[in-house]
Amino acid sequence: MRVEITVNGQPHSREIEPRLLLVHFLRDTLSLTGTHIGCDTSSCGACTVLLDGVAIKSCTVLAAQADGCAVTTIEGLAGEDGLSPVQEGFRQCHGLQCGFCTPGMVMAATALLAERPDPTEQEIRNGLKGNMCRCTGYQMIVESVQWAAANGGAR
Amino acid sequence: MIGSAVPRKEDAALLTGRGTFVDDIHRPGLLHMVYVHSTEAHALISGIDAEEARSLPGVLGVWTARDFAGLPPRPSVPGLERGYLAGDKVHYVGEPVAVVVAADRYTAADAARAVRVAYEPLPVMATVADALAPDAVPIFAPLPGNLALEQQVTPDDVTADLEAAPNRLRARLVNQRCAGTPIEPYGVLADWAGAGPTVWATVQAPHRVRAEIAERFGLARHLVRVIAPDVGGAFGVKSSFMPELFLAPELSRRLGRPVKYVETRGEHMVHTYHGRDQVQDVEVGFDAEGRVLALDVTITVNVGGVPDPVGIGLATLTSYMLGGCYRIPKIAARFRSVVTNTTPTASYRGAGRPEASFLIERVVDLVARELGKDPADVRKVNLIQPDEMPYQTPFEGIVYDEADYPAALDLLLGELDYAGLRAEQARRLADPAAPLLGVGLSTFVEMGGFGPTPLFEQFGYLGGWESANVRLQPDGSVIVLVGTAPHGQGHQTALAQIAADQLNVPFEAISVLYGDTAVVQEGTGTMGSRGMPVAGNAVRQAAAEVAAKARTIAAHMLEADADDVVPIGDGFQVNGAPEATVTLAAVAERAFKPHLLPEGTVLGLENTAYFEPKNLSYPSGAHGCVVEIDRDTGRVSILRYVCVDDCGTVINPLTARGQIHGGVAQGIAQALYEKVTFDGDGRPLAASLEDYMVPGPLDLPPYETHHIETKSSFNPLGAKGLGEAGATAAPQAVVNAVVDALAHLGVRDVEMPCTPERVWKVMHDAS
Ligand code: FES
Ligand code: FES
Repeated sequence: MRVEITVNGQPHSREIEPRLLLVHFLRDTLSLTGTHIGCDTSSCGACTVLLDGVAIKSCTVLAAQADGCAVTTIEGLAGEDGLSPVQEGFRQCHGLQCGFCTPGMVMAATALLAERPDPTEQEIRNGLKGNMCRCTGYQMIVESVQWAAANGGAR
Repeated sequence: MIGSAVPRKEDAALLTGRGTFVDDIHRPGLLHMVYVHSTEAHALISGIDAEEARSLPGVLGVWTARDFAGLPPRPSVPGLERGYLAGDKVHYVGEPVAVVVAADRYTAADAARAVRVAYEPLPVMATVADALAPDAVPIFAPLPGNLALEQQVTPDDVTADLEAAPNRLRARLVNQRCAGTPIEPYGVLADWAGAGPTVWATVQAPHRVRAEIAERFGLARHLVRVIAPDVGGAFGVKSSFMPELFLAPELSRRLGRPVKYVETRGEHMVHTYHGRDQVQDVEVGFDAEGRVLALDVTITVNVGGVPDPVGIGLATLTSYMLGGCYRIPKIAARFRSVVTNTTPTASYRGAGRPEASFLIERVVDLVARELGKDPADVRKVNLIQPDEMPYQTPFEGIVYDEADYPAALDLLLGELDYAGLRAEQARRLADPAAPLLGVGLSTFVEMGGFGPTPLFEQFGYLGGWESANVRLQPDGSVIVLVGTAPHGQGHQTALAQIAADQLNVPFEAISVLYGDTAVVQEGTGTMGSRGMPVAGNAVRQAAAEVAAKARTIAAHMLEADADDVVPIGDGFQVNGAPEATVTLAAVAERAFKPHLLPEGTVLGLENTAYFEPKNLSYPSGAHGCVVEIDRDTGRVSILRYVCVDDCGTVINPLTARGQIHGGVAQGIAQALYEKVTFDGDGRPLAASLEDYMVPGPLDLPPYETHHIETKSSFNPLGAKGLGEAGATAAPQAVVNAVVDALAHLGVRDVEMPCTPERVWKVMHDAS
């Protein structure tokens, strides 16, 4: 089947297998490998992207379901003027170690700040509860999101 | 730069989705490999029907053990050799039985599902008790029984000491099986083009992997290239020699195309090795003050269905560390490694040492409780004092480096407001509506900085040293090649800080490269908290040599005596002559101009150093945990978690904090949430992230971190390592707090993980 999906502002039209997951469409079909796969039970959130502005786990969505939609991946966040505030917050506050959970974490945090520009610590933890990180123990991720909230938010 | 909290060099790529993990790498003609895993815990394989799988469009083949009979066995303990796939029988659920290669991953998965394996069931022994029962049958063929190894670690017999002690008690402690669970699963991409393979793999020791691959294929090492690109967490579980490291190159060779294998999480949970899984039987003798006089320990380790060469002997490290931070005159230790029908176990963050720390810290609390003393006071009478350092433990070769254990405990007690907490605890006990409060202490010491070589050789490594090549580019910028292979620790940053100080060049002018055997001189790898204490010193040493040579060239350029030339901002100056300066860039360029250098000068500005540590280093500290327990549900909430760590010299406080947090998080996870379990038929009950409770952001507390900095004299940097300290300290800090909250009910132990269900049951059984 054919799908038309806009990814990071670029329209793509591709012939795909109906069972193709969105995450594989991004990674294998479009070679956007920033979106990661950490599980097979929609538990880890490493695959989180924005689908029409809403954070979703791209391993639980078929590419076919994204037909006609706009997807933002980690590759689409930074602008010519550099990292987005959330990305910069992670850098400043050491919110990443191995970096494998990071794209999903950053996308989930971006969606969270779009909805709640000034979240409490508890709201941040709650907003990221679908994302696992095995390296950081989360506190420095929370601090990263707080930094981002104070320095430009979800942009 | 040492000691400054600079953000990491690693982050720019990782934050923009431009990292390069194994599964991100594509090669033209790439094929995908998938395993068929055993669904049985113990069975004979009576047949494998792969006809349907082979007939699927896009499938290139299906292979079984027989097809790899010509390949020498995987790295094993001599006499316990094992193949790549199960042959006549399977030993655990998840053991690879066959391998499928197809043009894309969906087809490969379809084909794997279409392979039909016929099993003849054998009696399943999923627990140590079953595996050692009189009617047990041997699981792993090279062994006559299921006791794979029995070792007396110390010759000490402490029977008489225990009998002479004024008090003694016995305990059985359980350190449950955990899964390392890096968020990136294991992956390999092999491309055998020409005379040998290039292998990209999620590994912690690429040079070691190169040696093992070369040996299997009868190749000289220069023909094999192993690359550990960005690795998404490892925690020890990516140090085992998984069969895919050899099968992917072999299939690439046979098919003439690149072959990639990336496990699914479901596979990871049953196929990649687990850690811990010890039962510890302890007897301790102590005096009226709580001074520990003698300790007798028998450790039983469940090594799973096919003993791993590291896993089988890991309890040696547990034994060595049994005395913890305490002056215990006599320790008798022995262990048994037992084969069962479960996934094999090997290294997991701390690898053997957290189990020891857990044991002795739980024992000290039991002693305190028995005597009606405060656990802090019992620790104080036992702690080794700073003036006793270096301290020779009862184990030969195990010598603790400089530290101040009492100061760490004092700092912790102060930060906790320990007296205030005890008062609050008493107040809450008296108020049946208030949740119970518990305080747990953990004064810990562990091993870091693995080497030296005689020790590390025992684990199959070429050496225990680490290597660094420091090379000035002609423009004065610097490339450092280091033999470690980090996976989140931030070596690009911390090692650049060390080099910057030696060379007097800006941090920004340094790049640190690693993980590629074709780029890096011989290396050892990243495990055993060896980054800063071993690799850091190698970088320091190599950089110092380069700096010394640069100074000689500068002296020549300035027509001065080298002794009169001093480093300044961006180069060198003749002492006392501010106008006589030369930039490092000019010196670096000059290093490549033979006609402008003194006769006989070796061209270039570079040096390779191999740093061999004198001994292991011993990171230590004191952690404290405050928990609240809901009287109705048994739910444990961590109110505070306070860390005092002594890792010696702190290179980068930002990344050091990250290492402590991450380790503590995994320790808390073991204490409260995680356990790999199997049912009586050996079927895994925690085979996904839905069933294995990796904690999320709402499940873990904020951490308060403090440092005591006692430099180690065992290496010039004075660093001790930090990667495993948190995971070593935390489980017993939490469990001691949980038991402390319930002690008034007569509770003396709660097994990990302290889930609401378990805590509730313990509370109810006690009251
Ligand atoms: S890969 Fe999508 S939630 Fe884990
Ligand atoms: S940084 Fe490694 S999993 Fe989050």
